[in-house]
Amino acid sequence: MSAEKATHQLPTDHYIVNVGPQHPSTHGGAHLQTVLDGEIIVDTVVKLGYVHRSVEKIAESKTFTQFIPYTARLDYLSGCLPPLAYTQAVEKLLDIFPTERAEYIRIIMAEFSRISSHLLCIGSLALDLGATTACIYCVRDREQIMDMFEMVGGQRLLLSFLRVGGVSHDLPENFYPAARRFIKELPKMIDEYHAVITGNEILQRRLKGVGRLSTEDALAYGVTGPNLRASGFDYDIRRDDPYGIYDRFKFEVPIDSGGDAWARYLVRVEELVQSARIIEQALDSLPEGDICAKTPRLLKAPENQDVYHHIESSKGELGFYIVGAAGKDKPHRLHVRAPSFINLQVLPMICRGAKFQDLITNIATLDPVLGEADR
Amino acid sequence: MVLKNEADLKEDADVKLLENNGVFCTWFDKIWNWGRARSFWPLNYSCNCCPIEMLVAGGAPRFDIARYGYEVFRASPRQADLLVLAGPVTLKMAPVVRRVWLQMAEPKWVLAMGNCAISGGPFRDGYSVLPGGDSILPIDVYVPGCPVRPEALFHGMLELKAKVEGKR
Ligand code: SF4
Repeated sequence: MSAEKATHQLPTDHYIVNVGPQHPSTHGGAHLQTVLDGEIIVDTVVKLGYVHRSVEKIAESKTFTQFIPYTARLDYLSGCLPPLAYTQAVEKLLDIFPTERAEYIRIIMAEFSRISSHLLCIGSLALDLGATTACIYCVRDREQIMDMFEMVGGQRLLLSFLRVGGVSHDLPENFYPAARRFIKELPKMIDEYHAVITGNEILQRRLKGVGRLSTEDALAYGVTGPNLRASGFDYDIRRDDPYGIYDRFKFEVPIDSGGDAWARYLVRVEELVQSARIIEQALDSLPEGDICAKTPRLLKAPENQDVYHHIESSKGELGFYIVGAAGKDKPHRLHVRAPSFINLQVLPMICRGAKFQDLITNIATLDPVLGEADR
Repeated sequence: MVLKNEADLKEDADVKLLENNGVFCTWFDKIWNWGRARSFWPLNYSCNCCPIEMLVAGGAPRFDIARYGYEVFRASPRQADLLVLAGPVTLKMAPVVRRVWLQMAEPKWVLAMGNCAISGGPFRDGYSVLPGGDSILPIDVYVPGCPVRPEALFHGMLELKAKVEGKR
């Protein structure tokens, strides 16, 4: 009997390898219990709740305005996208219409947030696969966005300068040249990423064909965002159910039919370009005027009513469901439809039968933020 | 010759004689701490938003943590000697953090980064967050902020350096 055949016939036991909760590649505290047969993943059990900070419960004891900073701490990578979803949901509940200038400022900052989130996703993907240098390029460019956040909202990471009815500060004078410069330099940055990440043969081999997610499965599991678009389904809330003033801008929705980690990576890089396009158009057509609508000091829900509002966050469909009680200045109940949580569900499925190392690739390209998944 | 403390070392006649002849006298602890304080190996522990600033502080070329000698972020608690407790300590995470800290080899230090780790921060009202990491771990340095800026983290680390060297 040949040696190969002999090893093949050796009976092997399944064994469990725990990844996390303290593990740099889980992007926060997630516990992945991986059942292995040799080097092949048989099953992955995702255990969550390590970052559960009871945000939904805290919302019930905070007024509508007080809760805005908490939303930024849900998805802490994408700056002002969660506050955007929340403020728009509250505006829907209270029938408030933001001013024109505020809408533009919001879109500009939201798209910068998306770029910063995608940059960190690409960077940490490279870092997790061992390409430390590539990560440093992304973090370097992300710093420019952090500077802009600081100019506008006074904080580097968690921008909570959105208010119900508008924004709290106008854009400062030195913001415009910085934003224009970033937009101008972005194509050059992306060329660099293509040189150090896309063109890297090791990374290509570790991404191509790994973690294939078919369109049907993605839809069945409720996957949204770049992960869904990388599975070949053309859906973007910014275009298909425009909120704010997204219907005024021209942009394309990048899709890729590959469905693997490689496609998920490429879709994100392409989205950087499209976000920059939106910012450029918004900067060109930024109107003058008030930055916040006239709102009462204490915001109260007019009647018993629930609203649901969803936006295209950097991770997928981020929705806020608010139950308002008549005359109360706090939500009666609040629920967050967290895209990271729902996207994470497919992890066991796309990992099954793959090599153990592909687990890291898959979790990095699904790009979950545990703060948002656990809430 | 029995030397009790550092003051003795300075005043002792024998020591003075040795030093005049080019022999250098010191304490083992002092030398070790001199080395330890200049090369902390922080543990790569993350729970919420503050670790992102830690990643940026450690990874962004702009901040360059390596000029202080603290750039060796380790993923295994066995290799680290500084636990940067960043982010809220939730009820589910608390036993994990405690165990991670117990796994670290002595000497070890804990730096509480951000309001969450200091007092529960914005989530203090929540039902699932401990009111501060000091209820389960001995904390050496507190760095407030929400989130903590990388510069503030460096300041905290330099304070810890002073503490390890016995200057605080
Ligand atoms: S202190 Fe603030 S920024 Fe830091 S982990 Fe807590 S909520 Fe996040």
